[in-house]
Amino acid sequence: MAHVKNHDYHILNPSLWPLLGAVAAFVMLFGATVAMKGETTILGGMITISGPWMGLIGFVGVLYVMFGWWADTVTENKVGDHTPVVLIGLRYGFILFIMSEVMFFSAWFWSFFKHAMYPMGEMSPMVDGVWPPVGIETFDPWHLPLINTLILLCSGAAATWAHHAIAHEGNRKDMINGLAIAVALGLIFTVFQAYEYQHAAFGFSGNIYGANFFMATGFHGFHVIVGTIFLFICMLRAMRGHFSPEQHLGFEAAAWYWHFVDVVWLFLFAAVYVWGG
Amino acid sequence: MADAAIHGHDHEDQRSFFTRWFMSTNHKDIGILYLIVSALVGFISVAFTVYMRMELMDPGVQYMCMEGARFTAAATEACTPNGHLWNVLITGHGILMMFFVVIPALFGGFGNYFMPLQIGAPDMAFPRMNNLSFWMYVAGTTLAVCSVLSPGGNEQLGSGVGWVLYPPLSVNEGGISMDLAIFAVHVSGASSILGAINMITTFLNMRAPGMTLFKVPLFSWSIFVTSWLILLSLPVLAGAITMLLTDRNFGTTFFDPAGGGDPILYQHILWFFGHPEVYIIILPGFGLISHVIATFSRKPVFGYLPMVWAIIAIGALGFVVWAHHMYTVGMSLTQQSYFMLATMVIAVPTGVKVFSWIATMWGGSIEMKTPMLWAFGFLFLFTVGGVTGIVLSQAGVDRAYHDTYYVVAHFHYVMSLGAVFCIFAGIYFYFSKMTGRDYPEWAGKLHFWMMFIGANLTFFPQHFLGRQGMPRRYIDYPEAYAYWNEISSYGAFLSFASFVFFFGIVIYSLLAGKRNTAANPWNEYADTLEWTLPSPPPEHTFEILPKQEDWDKQPSH
Repeated sequence: MAHVKNHDYHILNPSLWPLLGAVAAFVMLFGATVAMKGETTILGGMITISGPWMGLIGFVGVLYVMFGWWADTVTENKVGDHTPVVLIGLRYGFILFIMSEVMFFSAWFWSFFKHAMYPMGEMSPMVDGVWPPVGIETFDPWHLPLINTLILLCSGAAATWAHHAIAHEGNRKDMINGLAIAVALGLIFTVFQAYEYQHAAFGFSGNIYGANFFMATGFHGFHVIVGTIFLFICMLRAMRGHFSPEQHLGFEAAAWYWHFVDVVWLFLFAAVYVWGG
Repeated sequence: MADAAIHGHDHEDQRSFFTRWFMSTNHKDIGILYLIVSALVGFISVAFTVYMRMELMDPGVQYMCMEGARFTAAATEACTPNGHLWNVLITGHGILMMFFVVIPALFGGFGNYFMPLQIGAPDMAFPRMNNLSFWMYVAGTTLAVCSVLSPGGNEQLGSGVGWVLYPPLSVNEGGISMDLAIFAVHVSGASSILGAINMITTFLNMRAPGMTLFKVPLFSWSIFVTSWLILLSLPVLAGAITMLLTDRNFGTTFFDPAGGGDPILYQHILWFFGHPEVYIIILPGFGLISHVIATFSRKPVFGYLPMVWAIIAIGALGFVVWAHHMYTVGMSLTQQSYFMLATMVIAVPTGVKVFSWIATMWGGSIEMKTPMLWAFGFLFLFTVGGVTGIVLSQAGVDRAYHDTYYVVAHFHYVMSLGAVFCIFAGIYFYFSKMTGRDYPEWAGKLHFWMMFIGANLTFFPQHFLGRQGMPRRYIDYPEAYAYWNEISSYGAFLSFASFVFFFGIVIYSLLAGKRNTAANPWNEYADTLEWTLPSPPPEHTFEILPKQEDWDKQPSH
């Protein structure tokens, strides 16, 4: 806009991303119900849809919007829209987002602790008052889960090294190295988790132990994948010469997110694997 | 006001229609969009209730028949009651009102439009994400409407499980309708969370120079506290309904005792969200009412600091009282005693607010303009709803009242009469500010009296029905309940007529209302920053940040 701005806040130009994002989200979720329910007739029988394609189209749309939107954000950073006060706002925003994520996980922990502390009950045909439920063979926490804990903690340490390198020394090379290690360890964690899932002696459906276990660790795993991608993008940006000791908020947010994912895992490890296993 | 020109910025608005309304990054335009869409969804939702009250007007089922839904009672034709349709309507009414009408109007509409103006911010902290909140709200609304029209339970359209979506009913309900409803709540929840992040950041980071926390106007405070409730409670609901979704589609047993699960767990998690939710709905209204009452009493609001702390206390206590919605599920006496006590404690900060409003009016020169009428109506009726709330908070008494029309009357007194009266007070208070035009004063007053009488006529008799033992959520009732049901239905028709009349007022005023571009159409007690701007405000406001003397009218606090 051809305006004279007399303050340091960020006034944005109109953008199509929000509308596109909402349309894509609608298509994705409508498609997801169709995929779950099989063939579906809508609009009084005029249209019949089936299969996962509608959900996938929506999902690709969501990814496209995320890419385009954040690319715009990076560009705005380059042209200097992110003044110190805007950076403070972005920090607040991301911390608040993480707080909402914490509350999201609290739902899984609520379900887990309820069932682990007051298992079954008279209504259930399963053996009352026993956790883990009779017949459920749980993982030994001191094998793969412990290794995974160490992997994730090391990954967090690598991310912190990267942060130290850019924030205090302006050393982009060490930052890239640190991020590469963090991303690699994140990937290894995901692979190990997938391996563990394949060797689980219980399923997602049919019993409460599996439901709690897979829901809590599954959403954590999803967050690990998102965090790994987030760190990977930061690595690519660092390679392109982004980030300086003063301006590295995108990476800082990724690091915070990664530590949040770490802490959730520590709770999962302590509660679900050790105490509740 | 003389200094308006320095805040405003005269320039030709060069945005095309599409750019302005579909690609907006402007908090005022997005606020208007929220208000328009929530009004339309409100109309759908209210139309449901009119049909429901038609059905309940007389004993027996006359309109909602398996042979087809009717709008005239054909006495000659056979009518097999269609309970599913009834259930779909109560579910749709609840979900639409809770998630898609009241929060978007008060929090999305007024919050977006006026919170940044009151604190002297040029826009929201994240203007583009603000628009994502709005469009995700539209996407959620569309999913909710699709849900009502999609194949659902009992081989019919829609889901009839009640807005709380309790399992096992919500898990067993067939079709894709229920899944669409769950996703609708997911999307609108995400929209509200993003909105809350935006509001909190704006409030913390963008206040005008010199505006310390305890100098912020009360409406902005109420939006700030509401945002925290949204941020911390909605993700928990997202978790609960995700579990519902997997129970429905992937065979998990979170809420199914057959696999070791527990349906009561869902109720706990839902109400952990659901109780903060009722404060999410009413708190912004509290904020608006404070400004309206102060303005039309020509006095500064009484006890600003206690008012702020009361909002904070209500917000905090709202998180620790949830199980008073479920006294009858078999909790231990200790648990019930705790939740009873905690619930009654909320009456203290609420009392602080109500008495402070009365004290604001005390000795003031009260002007009964339309917004003040609505505020007055709110005060009286919210107090009635609050008092029946105290009755219901007692676990013992609740044994008799649980799931009766007494509860229906109670929560409609705080929401339909509380929150909705706040919305109307806000609309009439800010109409000329947002549009630059006036509504006819007589029409606003007529609207108020129709709605006031209509709503009381609808809901006051429901207390009696509840005391007689009439259960909620049924399509039919025995002869004995006929008298008050008929009166209640007349009230609903009158309220609906007032709502239609309201649309007429808005359309007339937008097209032909008297121009009123005065920065402050009321008086010097409307002293917050939005009243220093021209009406309607220009595209960009506060391009030069306001100075302390523009807004700091009571330096004492």
